[in-house]
Amino acid sequence: MSKALNTFTNGILRENPTFGLVLGMCPTLATTTSAINGMSMGLATLFVLVCSNVVISLLRNLIPDKVHIPAYIVVIASFVTMVQLLMQAYMPGIYETLGLFIPLIVVNCIVLGRAEAFAAKNSVGLSLLDGLGMGLGFTIALTILGAVRELLGTGAIFGQKIMFSIWGCSFNMEDYAALIFVLAPGAFIALAFLMAAVNKLRS
Amino acid sequence: MKNLIVAPAPHVHSGDSVRRNMLLVIAALMPAYVMSVVAFGWGALITACISIAACVLFEWLIAKYILKTRPTIGDLSAVLTGLLLAFNLPSNLPWWIVVIGAFVAIGIGKMSFGGLGQNPFNPALVGRVFLLISFPLQMTTWPLPEGFAGGYVDAATGATPLASMKQILKNGNTDLISQLPDLWDLFIGWMGGSLGEVCALALLIGGVFLICTRVITWHIPVSILATMAVFACIGCPEGMTAGQYIGYTLLTGGAMLGAFFMATDYVTSPMTPWGKIIFGIGIGVIVMVIRTWGAYPEGMSFAILIMNAVTPLLNMYIRPKRFGEKKK
Repeated sequence: MSKALNTFTNGILRENPTFGLVLGMCPTLATTTSAINGMSMGLATLFVLVCSNVVISLLRNLIPDKVHIPAYIVVIASFVTMVQLLMQAYMPGIYETLGLFIPLIVVNCIVLGRAEAFAAKNSVGLSLLDGLGMGLGFTIALTILGAVRELLGTGAIFGQKIMFSIWGCSFNMEDYAALIFVLAPGAFIALAFLMAAVNKLRS
Repeated sequence: MKNLIVAPAPHVHSGDSVRRNMLLVIAALMPAYVMSVVAFGWGALITACISIAACVLFEWLIAKYILKTRPTIGDLSAVLTGLLLAFNLPSNLPWWIVVIGAFVAIGIGKMSFGGLGQNPFNPALVGRVFLLISFPLQMTTWPLPEGFAGGYVDAATGATPLASMKQILKNGNTDLISQLPDLWDLFIGWMGGSLGEVCALALLIGGVFLICTRVITWHIPVSILATMAVFACIGCPEGMTAGQYIGYTLLTGGAMLGAFFMATDYVTSPMTPWGKIIFGIGIGVIVMVIRTWGAYPEGMSFAILIMNAVTPLLNMYIRPKRFGEKKK
């Protein structure tokens, strides 16, 4: 039981894909312009990660060693296509914003990395938990990064404008928004600061 | 006998130090600063004070509480960064934007790399570019030079000569040529803009002072300005003589400030003479490309930051010949 729990929390805390392994930086930096975008990207990756981990774990004794990478890619690509079509049908707005980065989940290092490093060697149950943990870790990291960038860049979180007052002075975060955080350089700066904070908390 | 120190050669010290060089650069910036106070009044005083105070404070806080090293504010490099940052800002900028700029310059541009000597990019320019991208509206609202009559935040604003130049270059709007200020006015310094781009003459005096006191060498400023002049000579727009266009190119915007004070930063520029010349030519070309075809009217800060990134490469490939080394 403790092994299962360990596998699950591993992806969220110790080996968090974003802050620990520093994998999948392309979607991390590109899609986290707002909290909702970051969260949707994380959830899409979570779905693909769980499904592909389970299927690859089931097939791990059937796939010949020489063609294992192409075989994994086919499995992953099938699930990514499913996510893509589902999002296009039910969340057209978010699908539009994320655009190319949904099909690009196929080449996300986390998905292939977990298939190769975990699902190919472990049982179905453990692979499922690993996929869940890693996916949740990725989702949490992307949501936090998206929220920080949205707050600093546009003065809102999840589209909700942040207003508060201290000592009778009211502040509207929108007036203090620094546009750079919505753009690419802000993504790197915000990620660097968050990673430093996480490392500090961890040590 | 206490002064008898046993140590390997060299034994003679020139008395040169970081603090002395920083002091000389600050002294060289003073004529231009006096001119900008004359032009922008309270705004120039307030912006520079906030910028310098914030830079020194952030450096002290970060060194003491985050890096836990001996604070290095005594070498005056933070003061210089603050002053240069202020030179790159419009004088009517809200105070909190100046503080953010100082934090980015010192915190991100300098201390996160390990402090003075470790930073790959010019800290003051990191701060300026961060602000320019973050607050495009406030950073491009230039006050007109009105002296102390102008006030701080409610100063009258207007287009800079560079913005008019952009119109001429992009849209072929030749009517605007007659509205450009006189070249002599630009040289003496009576135009809207950042604190440090008002008076080309004062910056030139400071630059020559730095070259004479051997704080900087001539290579970088001369190669930047010469490249810009050559480029201007070739790409002169219709309705203007080449001489006029060269004048406007060199006397407006951050050309003088960048060439003499920003690009020559020891830490972020190449070490060898040829490296410096290539560095300068690169900056000159990038500035003119941005000014002519880019979206921004001025590209000095971007050009210097881009060439800062190339500096380690230049240092690696352009090395002086070692003593006794044979030429292949």
